[in-house]
Parts: sequence; C-alpha cells; structure tokens
Amino acid sequence: MHKEYLSLKKIEGPLIVIEGVEGVSYNEMVEIKVQGETKHGKVVQLNNDLAIVQVFENTSGMSVNNISVKFTGKPLEIKLSREILGRMFNGIGQPIDGGGPVFSGIKFDVNGSPINPVARRYPRNYIQTGISAIDTLTTLIRGQKLPIFSGNGLPHNQIAAQIVKQAKVAEGEGEFAVVFAAMGIKHDDAHYFIKTFQEAGVLDKVVMFMNLADDPVVERIVTPRCALTAAEYLAFYENMHILVIMTDITSYCEALREISAAREEVPGRKGYPGYLYSDLASLYERAGMVEGSKGSITQIPILTMPNDDITHPIPDLTGYITEGQIVLSREIYQRNIYPPINILPSLSRLMKDGIGEGYTREDHPDVANQLFSSYSRVQEVKALSQVIGEDELSEIDKKYLEFGEAFEYRFLRQEFNENRDIDRSLEIAWEILSILPKNELDRINPKFLDAYYRG
Amino acid sequence: MEGSAGRVVYVNGPVVKARNMKNFKMREMVTVGEKKLIGEVISIDGELGTIQVYEETTGIKIDDEVVSTQKPLSVTLGPGIVGNIFDGIQRPLNIIFDKSGNFIKEGIGLATIDKKKKWYVELKVKVGDELKEGDIFGTVDETPLIKHYLMVPPNIKGKVEEVRQNGEYDLETILVKLDSGAELKMYQEWPVRIPRPVKERLPIQKPLITGQRVIDTFFPIAKGGTAAIPGGFGTGKTMTQHQLAKWSDADIIVYIGCGERGNEMTEVLEDFPKLIDPTSNLPLMNRTILIANTSNMPVAAREASIYTGITIAEYFRDMGYNVAVMADSTSRWAEALREISGRLEEMPAEEGYPAYLPSRLAEFYERAGYVKTLNNKEASVTIIGAVSPAGGDFSEPVTQNTKRFVSAFLGLDRKLAYSRHYPAINWLSSYSGYITQLEDWYKQNVAEDMIFLRGEMIKVLQEESKLLETVKLVGEDVLPDQQRLILEIARLLKVGYLQQNAYHKDDTFVPLVKQYMMLKVIDNFYKLAKEAVKVGVPISVIKTSELFYRIIKMKYEIPNDYGDKFDLLMEDINEYFSNLIREYEGD
Ligand SMILES: Nc1ncnc2c1ncn2[C@@H]1O[C@H](COP(=O)(O)OP(=O)(O)OP(=O)(O)O)[C@@H](O)[C@H]1O
Ligand SMILES: [Mg+2]
Repeated sequence: MHKEYLSLKKIEGPLIVIEGVEGVSYNEMVEIKVQGETKHGKVVQLNNDLAIVQVFENTSGMSVNNISVKFTGKPLEIKLSREILGRMFNGIGQPIDGGGPVFSGIKFDVNGSPINPVARRYPRNYIQTGISAIDTLTTLIRGQKLPIFSGNGLPHNQIAAQIVKQAKVAEGEGEFAVVFAAMGIKHDDAHYFIKTFQEAGVLDKVVMFMNLADDPVVERIVTPRCALTAAEYLAFYENMHILVIMTDITSYCEALREISAAREEVPGRKGYPGYLYSDLASLYERAGMVEGSKGSITQIPILTMPNDDITHPIPDLTGYITEGQIVLSREIYQRNIYPPINILPSLSRLMKDGIGEGYTREDHPDVANQLFSSYSRVQEVKALSQVIGEDELSEIDKKYLEFGEAFEYRFLRQEFNENRDIDRSLEIAWEILSILPKNELDRINPKFLDAYYRG
Repeated sequence: MEGSAGRVVYVNGPVVKARNMKNFKMREMVTVGEKKLIGEVISIDGELGTIQVYEETTGIKIDDEVVSTQKPLSVTLGPGIVGNIFDGIQRPLNIIFDKSGNFIKEGIGLATIDKKKKWYVELKVKVGDELKEGDIFGTVDETPLIKHYLMVPPNIKGKVEEVRQNGEYDLETILVKLDSGAELKMYQEWPVRIPRPVKERLPIQKPLITGQRVIDTFFPIAKGGTAAIPGGFGTGKTMTQHQLAKWSDADIIVYIGCGERGNEMTEVLEDFPKLIDPTSNLPLMNRTILIANTSNMPVAAREASIYTGITIAEYFRDMGYNVAVMADSTSRWAEALREISGRLEEMPAEEGYPAYLPSRLAEFYERAGYVKTLNNKEASVTIIGAVSPAGGDFSEPVTQNTKRFVSAFLGLDRKLAYSRHYPAINWLSSYSGYITQLEDWYKQNVAEDMIFLRGEMIKVLQEESKLLETVKLVGEDVLPDQQRLILEIARLLKVGYLQQNAYHKDDTFVPLVKQYMMLKVIDNFYKLAKEAVKVGVPISVIKTSELFYRIIKMKYEIPNDYGDKFDLLMEDINEYFSNLIREYEGD
C-alpha cells in the first residue's frame, strides 16, 4: 500500500516539497488532502529523499502540517469510453456537468506517447469550411494542426465556431465529433462556444474540458492533455473524425512560465522556459492519423498574440510546429471585414496534397498562388500610394488597388452564416482576378487562363 | 551486481544523477531503472554521475539501478541501413512499431539493423592477403542502387588466415579471420561522437548539383561543403531540404529530422519509394536513410540524432560515396543542448545556450569534407543544415554561430514567402563561398561564360534593389526607360528564373545545361532590349510583348530535354528586336 506523508518541507507557489519519501517515481500523480479537500499534483523532480510536487489546484490555504500526501504510483489517467460524448469535465478530467463519473471504459495516461512516424498516415483529404479565404488559400486538411493566430478582441471564436458549424466530412466517411479544451478563457467565451455547439446541433457530439479564467492556473497544463487523450481515444479506438479546438494557448504557456519561474529554471525568451518548444510539440504533434484506424485528429488551436506580435515566442514556436497558421489582422477587422484573415502570413502546409485535380478543382493551386502574389503586390502599391497619392499611380497600379478592394470586400468578407462551397469561392476568385490584365496573372497556367479568365 | 551498478539519486526530465558511479566512463552508454531506459553518462564527479536519458523518464525511482553497457553510444554499421528509418539512437522505427504499436513506448531497449537478415556477400580477399583499416574485403548489393563495401574497421590489420566462400550470410557470421586475431563480420560499430578517420582532406572540386536554379546558378553548394538554410517558420527550409534530398546528385542521402514534424517524415516515407531518381531510374528510397527524432520524441535523443546521422554518412563516405546530410533543424538540436545544459544548472551564455554551443556547431560542420578515404577513394560528406531562428531574426546565437562555420548561406526571407516567391531564398543576403573553387568546374562542364552570366544577373538584381528604393518614394513612371528596363529584367529573373515550382513535373528539377540556356535567353533579351530602348522603343512595348511572357513561361513551356526549343526562342528574340529597332530607327 502506498505510504502517506503527513508533513511538507516547503510550499512555494505551485510547488510543494516533501521530505523522506521512499519508492516515489518521476512524474507520478499525487493526492493531497487538505482540510477535507483533495488536491492533485505530480512529481516534477526527485532529489535523494526529496520530492518536488507541482500542485494543479491552488496551494493557498495549505500549511506544512495538517496535510496528507499520498503517491499513487501512476501518472495522471482518465477513464474513457464513448460515454464521454456530450459530457463536460474540468481541467483535470473530472466530470462537472452533474452526470456522475464515466463508468465503463479504459484508463489512459494523459501524457500520451509520441506517434511513431512509420505508423502515421499522411493527411490528404480536405475539409470544406465554407470560408473562402480558408478553403481557397489555407485549405484545412483532415489530420492537420492549423492554429488561429489572433489578438485580443478579434473574432477568433466566431471563426472557430463557423468552422465547427460548416465543416463537413464527406458523406459516408465516418462519424464526426468535437473535443473542446478551454484554458483560461472567460466564462463569456465558454458560453459562446456552448451556444454554438447547441445551435449547430452537435452538443451531444462534443466533449468539453473546461479550465476557465478563474480556475487554478496550474491545472491548465493538464487540460489540453486530457482533451487530446480523449481525442486519441475517439479517433483511434472509435474511428471518429475529431476536431479539437484548444483555446487559449497563450494562457497555457503563461501557466507553464509560472511553474518554470517557481522552479527557478533558466528562462528562455521573455521568461518562457527553454523547453516551451518541446512542450508545445507534445500537444500539437498529437494531431494526425495512424495506421489501422479510420479516425483522425484535426487540431485548431487558438492563441492570442501578445501585442499582436507574430514574433512573440508563443506564436513563433507554435508556427514552427504546426502545419501552417491562419493569421488574423486587427487592421483588416477595423475596416469591418469578417473574417479578418491576413492571407499573406497565413499558410496551410498540407494543402498541396489535398487540392487541385481530383481533390478540389484543377485550377485551385494556381489560383491560390496568384491571389497571394497579386495581393502582396497590392500591399506595395498601397504603400506607394500613401507616398505619392493615389492619383499619381500608374494605370496598372490603380488596377491593383481595385483588385485589392475587391479581394477584401468580395472574396475575403463573408457573413458568419454564409457557407460557400469551393466552387463558389473559386468563382469569386476568378471574378476578382479578372480585374487585372491577363498578362499580369503570371502564376497561372495559360490553359486555366483560357478556361476561366473573364476578359 | 550490486557493487557495480549505480543508484539513482535525482531525476529531472531527461537528466538523471546516480551515485556509485566512479567505475563508469564518460560518454558510456548505460541502462536506467526497471524498464532499462537507455542513457549516456555525460559527467562524472567523484561518486556522482550525470546521465542523459534517451527515453521518457516517467516512472524512474530513487535507488533505481544504473547498469553499464561497457561501450560508448555507438551505431551499428552494416547492410540494412539504406532505405531504413531510425530514431535518434539508430533504433529502427519499424522494430519499435513491431514492439509497441502506433505509439512509441519507453523501455524498448537497444535495437539496431537486423543482424539475422541474410545478405549475399561477395568476398574480395584470399588467404594470405595483407589487410589494413579501410580495405575492402567484400561487397553486398544492399539496394539496387547501393553496393555496400565491407571494410576493415579502423585500427585493425593483419594477414588473412581464413575466408568464407561467396554466399548468403547473416551479419553475425565471421567472414574473414586475420592472423592478428581480428574477426571481420559484415558490420562494425563506431562511437557516434568521434569522426571516422580518413587518409586526407582534399580541396573542394565539384558542386553538389541540386537542380534548383537559385542554388546551382547563384549560390552553389560544393560536394564536401557545408551550407546553412536559415528561415522563420513556413519560409521553406524543409521544402528546400526535401528538394535536395530528392534531386541532388549525391549517391546517398542521410536525412535527419531533428525535432521537427512527424508528418514530414511520413511524407518522405510515402513519397520517396514512388519518386524516381533521374539518373538511375530507380526509386529514390534506394539511396535514402532517414533519422527521425520528431519534436515530441525525447529531447536527449534529439541531441544524439545529429551524431548518429553524421556517423552513418561518414561510413558510406568511407566506401567512396558522395553523401549529403540534411539536418532539419540544427536549431532544435541546439535547443536540446540548451535544455540539458539548463537541467544541469550550467552557467548559460547567450540566450540560455551553453557556452560550448559554438564549439559543438564547429565540430559538427567540420565532419563535412571532400576527402581521400583510407582505401584511396575520393568521396565526400556534404552537410546542409536548416536553422530555425527565434522570431525569424538572424541575429540570434544559433544562426550567427552557424554562419561562422558554413561556407554557403541560403537565407530564406519571410517577405518572399508571404508573396509565394519560392524558393524564398533572398538573393541579396545569401552567399556561397564556393564560387571561386568551382569556377573552373562550371567552365569545363557547363559553359565558359556561365559564371560570367551569373555575375551579370546578380548585378541586375542588385541594381533593381537600389532602384526600388526610389520607386517606393516616387513611383516607377518617373524613372528613365533604361532604368525601368532593369526593373523588367529583374522581374524576368525573379518570376522566370529564381522562382521554381517544386510541384511542377519539369520545373522541380532543372539540369545545369537548361539553367545555362535560360540564363542565356534572359541575357540576350536584356542586351537587345537595351539597344531597343536606346533607339527609343518605349519600355511598355517591350514589357507587354508576347515574347516577354514566353520567356517568363519558358521554365514550364520548354521541357528539360529541350532539343532545339531554346535556339528557336533565341531566333525569335533576335528577329523581334531587329524588327522593332528597325521600326523605331526608321521614325
Ligand atoms: N520551393 C517551393 N515550392 C513550392 N512551395 C514551397 C516551396 N518552398 C516552400 N513552399 C511552401 O511553403 C510551405 C512551408 O515550407 P516548409 O515547410 O519547408 O517551411 P519551413 O521553413 O521548413 O518551416 P518550419 O520551420 O516551420 O519547419 C510549404 O508547405 C509550401 O507550401
Ligand atoms: Mg521545416
């Protein structure tokens, strides 16, 4: 039986130190009883007979005595079965919807294990989101990890919600479900998502793991791990197509920084720990598809870029791990354009294998390329026109401005309830590209120009 | 056993400390705990040893045993490496898959190439032959592309006393016995942190031909040379490395996925067996070796993966092959060093990286080279390392220190990537230190004026960048036509030449001769257009001419075996301009 320890050596922020421990193992779960309440933690360092434990809940109110600490001998595990669909859990995987515990099921270690690259199936099937900018320019592929880089006050939640509502898995291709991980988000935001799931009629297909802004900060570190473990179960055991929405990654990283500081680790950039990259990778790399299972995990992590700065360590390291990013722009949003996606820094790395002939439409890759190239020219022309004035621009530059307007107001902008299929999106793309003279369209195969250009 | 085993006293992530370690050696491989996790001794201080563990340390307890394996972290070198995929410590991922399924579990133990597999060996020595290190005593056809030369390991020599008949043997079979007592098998072991010996280093002589115009023409990489590809996320480091792995004219590719995405390795595994090598007409997988330690795999093994990869590369070099190593990304390796250093509580230098970062980088890149092998063959290891600077800012320590030790620098540019100018290699900030060494080669093997034309084109691009400064302020229209012509020629170069579509069947790989012909066309167009502008032909006429667009599209319209298509295009250019000039001179 596991021994109980009745006193602590030290309490320091989210960490407690226990002396005289025996047989304790690295990373195992710890149960701490304080005044009738049970808190949880995990062993983060062992040093001779000292164990340093990171406590998920608040340590305030704890004292070095009047406490009972029990080592469970196991990492954090959650019980999973199909029953979890439609349920709501807290940040460490305990039910909070009054529905009682998950009865049947298998226990899984929330830390997961890396997918063996030889066991992966390369993602190639596209998911139509009905949003032109995404479907045409940063196509979402089933099994991809494609984050939304946003800023405070930008409509990232709406975009994620619109994707959930409109994303269709082609008929007969299996069941679809959503796993939602909230990390430090506001109650309002959480309610917004719940309402959206309800309206989309998928609430009984959603599993929620909720750590809200006023919930314990350290708990946030396990929240996405619980969610991804549930996603893995549903995808790889139940063969379902899972869309995982994780928000807000920035709060998650801040929790990590808090613990790192408490442990007095050598900080990396902006005080975030040097292992932030590896830690984020241990979440994002849990997207994908594996041999022997028909299911898939598609991740849409949402992060708010501090100060709208894409070079901040959180978006930066995320971009280095994920398979592209959808970047929102305050400047575009201020012009009352929804969705305010800045396409130039946005990217979907997996779209190359999921678009074009046999997937979407033959002209799609060239059209996407041309839109990127022409829209980036628009930015140069805009900069010039600010210097010399619009009237002084050459004829062709004026055409580019016109194209830029059309791009933003006809192609990019769409209603929250507007669901455009890929043909419609490409059609609009050709409409606006045709504003430019044919010979400016140097990224498009002449064959497609002849077929689609409207001159 | 109790006496010889170490005992764990400390665990923090991949770093474990143990007591009773004074009989252990530095860099020795050990196993830790009940699950026998694999680790390496990285410091010894009296009784106390520090171990970096190559697997997840979850579950390790105080007092767990640390057991010596009596040897340093080594790789097993023999048939069965080519076409295979390994983790950072050379465990075949297929074997790990067989043992633990879709997910990699810890405690799988050591594993390496299949020693029970039988290969047909042709023995090349007879009783009485004197053998010394590096000598070839047999061959195995490892893949349809690669003949595996069985070599006497370094530091071994003697007279052949016994030798087997040609035939099928497994790796453990003793093939040759020497009078020195040495027994030669199909494989040898080598510690990864020690460079394998060569007879001598030779000067750089040949380019590594990549089929990528911006590299081959503008910033060539040499066989035996070093190159760095730095760039922010999504700028195209991996794509460029994949392109080189596919199309470069190395004999063998060692691709090290160091702390990057799992799907990128899967992509190679799915694509390469289907891609056909242009020279041999055989699937590219036949010359490819993959080392995969993805970002979510243990960080200490990421540190080791670079050494595992380079050691394998050196082994094939020793057979006489030109080997190219792609390391994606060296920054993740540097971060692994930083993470372990941090857990050891070492004094950090710049941005938390350990003070020995520059020397580790230097040691790594110095393992590249054009050499004479122990068996007197010319061979090479080329290293091409991706660098992932934080925030895309090249002033950070890994990029800066890498720059000190590599000769070719292919800087990827976020702005180019945003406008989908691929490959997004910035032509102003990139450089290759190999131009002078390779000049003769280009003259003899491509064309006398290849390097000259390169210089002309770089001039155009540099002038363009200066002119664009003015254009930003006043617009293009106010420039004189001579200068506007430069802008247009630069556009030809950028869109028609520098941009290269990795997804286009012809454009993905372009032979040097075609690269040269394309340059020639652009140069000819430029010269004649200059004449035309002089006699008063407006630039608007030239830049909207059908010919201009034909040149932009020539990369797609003229196939790699171009026949007389370039000659025809040249004739059309000459004719177009002579008509034009006549017309305007007439006025
Ligand atoms: N030569 C090219 N041709 C066509 N597309 C390219 C080329 N290079 C890059 N791309 C595009 O850019 C995307 C990102 O490239 P890549 O994955 O190589 O970036 P990276 O620099 O390795 O990024 P990271 O550091 O995040 O790994 C690719 O998915 C592809 O869409
Ligand atoms: Mg990459």
